[in-house]
Amino acid sequence: MSYFMVEKLVKYFGGLAAVNGVSFEVQKGEIFGLIGPNGSGKTTTFNMISGYHRPTSGRVLFKGREVHRLPTHKICHLGIGRTFQVVKPLGRMTVLDNVIAAAYSRVGTHHKAREEALKAIDFCGLMPVRDVLAKALPIAGRKRLEITRAMATRPELLLLDETAAGLNPSELLSAIDLIQKIRANGTTIIIIEHIMHVIMTISDRIHAINFGQTIAEGTPKEVAANQAVIEAYLGTDYA
Amino acid sequence: MKKNLLPLAVVALIAALPLVLKDNYYLHLMILFLMWVVIGSAWNLIAGYTGQVSFGDAAFFGCGAYTAGLLATHLGVSTWWGLALGGFTAIAVGLPFGWICFRMRGAYFALATLALNEVLRHVATIAEKFTGGMVGILIMPSFMSKVPYYYIALAMAVASLASLQWVVRSKPGYYFVSIREDQDAAESLGIDTHLYKMLSLAYAAFWTGIAGALYMNYMGFIDPHVVFNLHDISIMAILVGIVGGVGTVYGPAVGAFVMVTVQEMFRSGFFGLFKWLGDVSGSASLVKVAEVLTQAHVLGFGILVVLVILVLPNGIVGDWGKIKRGVFRIKPAS
Repeated sequence: MSYFMVEKLVKYFGGLAAVNGVSFEVQKGEIFGLIGPNGSGKTTTFNMISGYHRPTSGRVLFKGREVHRLPTHKICHLGIGRTFQVVKPLGRMTVLDNVIAAAYSRVGTHHKAREEALKAIDFCGLMPVRDVLAKALPIAGRKRLEITRAMATRPELLLLDETAAGLNPSELLSAIDLIQKIRANGTTIIIIEHIMHVIMTISDRIHAINFGQTIAEGTPKEVAANQAVIEAYLGTDYA
Repeated sequence: MKKNLLPLAVVALIAALPLVLKDNYYLHLMILFLMWVVIGSAWNLIAGYTGQVSFGDAAFFGCGAYTAGLLATHLGVSTWWGLALGGFTAIAVGLPFGWICFRMRGAYFALATLALNEVLRHVATIAEKFTGGMVGILIMPSFMSKVPYYYIALAMAVASLASLQWVVRSKPGYYFVSIREDQDAAESLGIDTHLYKMLSLAYAAFWTGIAGALYMNYMGFIDPHVVFNLHDISIMAILVGIVGGVGTVYGPAVGAFVMVTVQEMFRSGFFGLFKWLGDVSGSASLVKVAEVLTQAHVLGFGILVVLVILVLPNGIVGDWGKIKRGVFRIKPAS
């Protein structure tokens, strides 16, 4: 039994198959990349894993337990955290309060929640802006707040949805650092990313999908050389 | 501690007021003000903190009032039992409603609360044998003086503010605000949004119900149109919250004071100022203007509210910094 497994996942929106039979397995402690062109079903897959969508068919297993019928908040308590591609800061709360709200999922008292939150903020490097309102943060800060908040729920498995999109080169480097630091901390990561530099650098294995179906899986090198992947990204002329 | 000094001073001042203020009219206004502190604060928790705007506070207000009234007419026990039980009746109505209607978000939920109040109003009107229908319920007041009611209302207002302050600084408080800011993000942080919305509704229903029971005791008469009233109760609750400051602990308390005062000013033609002006000047047209203005009190009231929302969108407490800057903007002489 693998640590985390997605089995023949299918999601229909009306007549459109957003995800159509995707299966993959993730080992404990790895960084698993999920790539594919726009609209290929990556975020829909994340939404099914984290309970925002019910799969039309198929299963999601976390440590041998079926989780795809559970509500989102229970999945969080089981230890699967996530960030959002379109960031969702709790705008009229400070950065610290955002993270405290997340930390309450693991601890009961305000004192402990604050302690936990400060730890997560320090870990992710948001200390200088902890008293700033979340809506006042620039995009890099908001992306980082997403990760900080997810970390405060103490996830064993973290789903990162395009956390590097929209960052400038120096911010990219620090984002890569942070992701590697999170993994070194013992958290397993599944990451969706369009920036090839990021995904190729940090992933142990990559799973590529297009039109909701698997087209390739393997190490970054294997996937980059894969015919179907090149076709999906660059068109048949370059394949 | 220093932060609590101003509220404590205000409470002390209000507590001492009946010693000097013997006029029943002003005591009556103060009792209404204190009752609105309770209702406004309750509305503020569900709408201001949790972000689930309710247009149906009158439903819970009416539940509390009818609990008190019906206990007296059917079981012959004191209406004061309503103060203990009214809040729980309101919760009993609110929870099944919330369980179903919190599946809807935003304006749809608000519309459902509007419907809840209308349903209850019709039930109270139609079930004549049980509720007395349009005839209403009349009880003998327990006290001839207004002072006991004054202190009961004050105790309720203080208790409701203290409980609000406690709630918003605890885990549920953080969860309520998270739900308001982004329900999907809140879910991802392990927050059972449905459960916490229900808790928030139960809190609001409880305090609004108690305020309803107080109203029954104090006014001695209720009928479906008085307590299940959209304009006088539900909308007034919203205005108290908005004028004072949505999502601030003391906002609705300030809002209650302003709204009760303003409503009374319009209703009484600025406490008789227009009539007095007309009488003094002896001008018939001025008397007529005063008369028309007094009759159009709802309109004037509405215009004032529009102005407040335009100028102070976060309410008096929410925009306090802005008010201070505006009022004390005294530039040094050059």
